[in-house]
Amino acid sequence: MEATHDHAHDDHGHHPTGLVRYFFTTNHKDIGSMYLWFSLIMFFVGGFMALVIRAELFQPGIQIVNPDVFNQLTTIHALVMIFGAVMPAFVGFANWQIPLMVGASDMAFARMNNWSFWLMPPAALLLVGSFLVPGGAAGSGWTLYPPLSIQGGISVDMTILAVHIMGASSIMGSINIVTTILNMRAPGMTLMRMPMFVWTWLITAYLLIAVMPVLAGAVTMLLTDRHFGTHFFNAAGGGDPTMFMHIFWFFGHPEVYIMILPAFGIISHIIPTFARKPLFGYASMVYATSSIALLSFIVWGHHMFTVGMPAAGNLFFMYATMLIAVPTGVKVFNWIATMWKGSMTFETPMLFAVAFVSLFTIGGFSGLVLAITPVDITLHNTYYVVAHFHYVLFSGAIFSIMGGAYYWLPKWTGHMYDEKLGKVHFWLTAISFNITFFPQHFLGLAGMPRRIPDYAPQFTEFNQISSVGAFLLGLSQLIFLYVIIKCIRGGVKAEAKSWEGAEGLEWTVPSPAPYHTFETPPAFH
Amino acid sequence: MKKTLRQIAGTALSSLPILALANYDVNIPAPHSPISDQIYGLHMEILWVCLAIFVVVFGVMFYSVFAHRKSKGAVAAHFHENTTIEIIWTLIPFLILGFMAWPATQTVLAMKDASNPDMTIKVTAYQWMWQYEYLNDGVKFYSVLSTPRDQIGSTEQHGKPTNEHYLLETDNNVVVPVGKKIRLLITANDVIHGWYVPQLGVNQYGIPGFIKDSWFKANEPGVFRGQCSQICGKEHGYMPIVVEAKSAEDYAVWVKEQKAKQAAAESHDKVSLADPVAR
Amino acid sequence: MSTAHDVYYVPAPSKWPVVGSTALFLLAIGMVSLLHWGKTPGLVFLASGFAVLTYMLFGWFGNVIHESVSGKYNAQVDASFRWAMGWFIFSEVMFFAAFFGALFYARQMSVPVLGDLDNQLIWPGFKPGWPSEGPYLTEAFKPMEAWGLPAVNTLLLLTSGVTLTWAHHALMENKRTQLLIGMAATIALGLTFLFFQATEYGEAAFSLSTGVYGATFFLLTGFHGFHVTLGTLMLIVILARCGKGHFTPEHHFAFEAVAWYWHFVDVVWLGLFIFVYWM
Ligand code: HEA
Ligand code: HEA
Ligand code: CUA
Ligand SMILES: [Cu+2]
Repeated sequence: MEATHDHAHDDHGHHPTGLVRYFFTTNHKDIGSMYLWFSLIMFFVGGFMALVIRAELFQPGIQIVNPDVFNQLTTIHALVMIFGAVMPAFVGFANWQIPLMVGASDMAFARMNNWSFWLMPPAALLLVGSFLVPGGAAGSGWTLYPPLSIQGGISVDMTILAVHIMGASSIMGSINIVTTILNMRAPGMTLMRMPMFVWTWLITAYLLIAVMPVLAGAVTMLLTDRHFGTHFFNAAGGGDPTMFMHIFWFFGHPEVYIMILPAFGIISHIIPTFARKPLFGYASMVYATSSIALLSFIVWGHHMFTVGMPAAGNLFFMYATMLIAVPTGVKVFNWIATMWKGSMTFETPMLFAVAFVSLFTIGGFSGLVLAITPVDITLHNTYYVVAHFHYVLFSGAIFSIMGGAYYWLPKWTGHMYDEKLGKVHFWLTAISFNITFFPQHFLGLAGMPRRIPDYAPQFTEFNQISSVGAFLLGLSQLIFLYVIIKCIRGGVKAEAKSWEGAEGLEWTVPSPAPYHTFETPPAFH
Repeated sequence: MKKTLRQIAGTALSSLPILALANYDVNIPAPHSPISDQIYGLHMEILWVCLAIFVVVFGVMFYSVFAHRKSKGAVAAHFHENTTIEIIWTLIPFLILGFMAWPATQTVLAMKDASNPDMTIKVTAYQWMWQYEYLNDGVKFYSVLSTPRDQIGSTEQHGKPTNEHYLLETDNNVVVPVGKKIRLLITANDVIHGWYVPQLGVNQYGIPGFIKDSWFKANEPGVFRGQCSQICGKEHGYMPIVVEAKSAEDYAVWVKEQKAKQAAAESHDKVSLADPVAR
Repeated sequence: MSTAHDVYYVPAPSKWPVVGSTALFLLAIGMVSLLHWGKTPGLVFLASGFAVLTYMLFGWFGNVIHESVSGKYNAQVDASFRWAMGWFIFSEVMFFAAFFGALFYARQMSVPVLGDLDNQLIWPGFKPGWPSEGPYLTEAFKPMEAWGLPAVNTLLLLTSGVTLTWAHHALMENKRTQLLIGMAATIALGLTFLFFQATEYGEAAFSLSTGVYGATFFLLTGFHGFHVTLGTLMLIVILARCGKGHFTPEHHFAFEAVAWYWHFVDVVWLGLFIFVYWM
């Protein structure tokens, strides 16, 4: 590192090494890497729980885990995947890429950035550690509906506090991201010239700041109902369990877009790069993303079509939900138009991106089916819903994360990953993903409820296919881990511009990106 | 690692015959009430529309994926915007959605209209059973899963599911007359449960302390099975619902039987309704 | 100042974040212990958590103040602080929105519904209205009157907003005495508010468990009071820093941030006064 010119970088000079470097770091790249590793570990932890679930569901009857443990696995699987795997992964990408993409030297608040990360491990400890306390983990489903969650034991309080801590982390992280984007762009980078990933994260960060406090409020009320005698969710005192659902889903629905908008951003980089053609409809992408975010605040009722809302409520939420198909469609069409008449190659990131577009759309369509109130009556809380959200979450969020990881690994490590193994990983993942989750549509249509450890014999075949698929899917992820480690260890040297079609400031700095970049703002044309 | 892969592949292959045996229940079970009829139709309509969109949109994408490859010598064009086409592909989905929303609205209004019922049943959910009170006929009973526990098993002692209706059978079925509009007043005593019988087009949470209503009308005699649809604790998977629709005469006979049974049991069997705050 | 002109300030590695995480972890463990394992372990963990948190706050803010005074923050950093404080306050607004949402829901939905015709089956004779302790609890209670202490408190907070603005003007015009008097007055008003609030709690003829009225009342006013306490502490720190001459007419964002926070607390109170006490 040259340290010759004048600067206000206290960070310079001292480069702590070893553990201290990571505990005390103020470097966005270190923090990004920690987020990404944390996410990968949690993905494996949550995936392990999913595999136990699938093993139990391999045949009717109880074999591996008793019903209450099953419920606990379902609950913590979801919380770990959502708060431990998907969200931190996107924050990891944000940390690495946003300063590089907007030409900033670091995140706006480098110390607070580190705090956001270091809040995650204690929260994860509380969440996963709750399996060890008397009574086991929370078993009410990740939605924590009272009164069931009020019946739970110590673990429910641990889960609530974990949610508080993760919420604090997300809010600080989002404030950091918003500030970095609004205040630290290179001269000349107007809002409408920002890279798409930056745009999607800007909007996501707003969603987070708006809804994480609401979740905090909801679980706080749960805590006081549990221990301090309040009656928010108890009819006897004039409260209502439905009230929790309303508050929870006011958070919950924007939350699902929090998990998909950054994915849209990543895909909007990968496709142009490998189509060697600029993103089609940049402006409409920005407007579509904003519309999705705005609409996401008024559709929460589609999770509650069976609570007995008045007809007008059902209709309002149905119409509003259906509307989201329009901006989402715009995004899908824009990606396809970007590919159209391009000059495409299919390296691993592009494979994941193409699979993303098609499989996410399947998940979107099943979402649309669920949005039709009467149809939701017959599908609510069945495996159809489970199929829907794994299509949007796994072949949506997780595929984009994997594609993004392959895409930026050269920039992060300075080496090209093993392309052949990457492709093997992709194909195994894509195929076994569909084996796992496609049959769940049929299970749901046939009426198999979710969150049950045991089922009627007519559901056996599809469950077996799904379980076999899940184990294949799980094992395929070991390849991913191997490819990442191999790429860090060595490999073909990556150039600054690692992909022929790549555009953007991040590709102007060497690979691996030096510890400090853009200490003086770059010129952006 | 190769070995485990081979093992998994082996398992996968050996489970293939299952496919041939499967009785392919790949759709919503046959509807048996006016609402579930409409639901079935709505689902089919939307499914076909989505499939059609999927084929068209991804037809285009996969054509492009095959035709516009660098390896085929494709040279990248430079366009990156076209207002006309962007407006078109915003408006067309709007129209399609309107086309879906119209019939769905009709069904929502019909579904929500529980007025003028022929009879009313109050359903109370407990952890983990159902209680039914026929408000017009004075019949009242509990309904519990009747599959023997040893068939279900546990982690210590694996069960052998042998009953034909394993997990979907109860000791006391809900008997209703065919062709009558039956209003359900659904509530719960402890936590939230869901009264879910897909073939009758009902899925309604029972919420402790609140009465929510729903209705159905069985088109023809038959037995319709469903399950609790909202997680309610460790036995959530074990609180089925079985509705038997009978002719008016058979129903009357059943009511008489129930009343006789009730009168006999009256003296010693006084199940008190635990109050909903006691928790 | 000169070197920090067009480059951004990135702080050196710091131990404070990890210390802060440790504090929150200890607090969480303390909370869980207090609720389940008894007072002693709970209070020990909570106390150590608070101790570590205090250490972290002093250390971290100490660093920031030091950096600020030694001129390491340029105009761009100042702008960052502004964005961040604004969005932080927005997140606080959303936190209160959850509780206001609960209040509106209870008043407009759950209590009226509990008194409707269907629900007479469960809660015979319940007459909805507001304030309500719900259909089951029957302890007689007297709701809070708006036009006693709460009205006085409204006046106090509104006045404190004025005195704070007055102090801000003094700061910008470099009038030290007026600045110190203004700040001291604001703090005194805040403390008086807290004192009255505590008095009011002491005299309340109902409790946290008086149905949804007690719950919404105490959580809303409680969290507000907690925010006033934080705000007052921050004002005291700012007053001390004013005394030390940390702020110049041009550079005093810390002052403004606390002022924004104070006004936010003020506005929340107006909402409370209108919807919790008055209407
Ligand atoms: C990343 C996460 C994610 C995303 C993006 C979505 C996207 C959508 N979701 Fe999903 N959803 C979840 C995660 C997500 N969901 C989760 C986790 C649950 C379960 C929670 C729980 O209970 O545990 C859930 C549950 C859920 C329900 C409740 C089901 C139930 O419990 O009964 C509903 C109902 O309306 C729904 C609808 C939708 C819709 C309409 C979209 C739309 O945004 C989809 C829009 C996309 C498209 C439609 C495809 C592309 C469009 C085109 C190609 C244009 C042309 C199309 C037409 C004109 C039709 N979702
Ligand atoms: C982003 C979110 C996300 C992701 C990625 C996943 C991934 C997976 N999910 Fe999950 N899931 C949810 C979010 C997610 N899920 C949510 C929100 C719910 C609802 C919960 C609720 O009802 O409350 C849910 C519920 C849910 C259910 C329904 C449970 C029920 O209703 O009872 C099932 C059942 O099949 C399931 C399966 C899987 C599988 C097989 C995967 C696979 O993709 C996982 C792939 C496997 C791995 C990645 C494991 C790899 C690890 C190894 C191979 C190593 C093994 C390690 C050791 C032995 C040390 N999930
Ligand atoms: Cu009762 Cu689930
Ligand atoms: Cu939703």
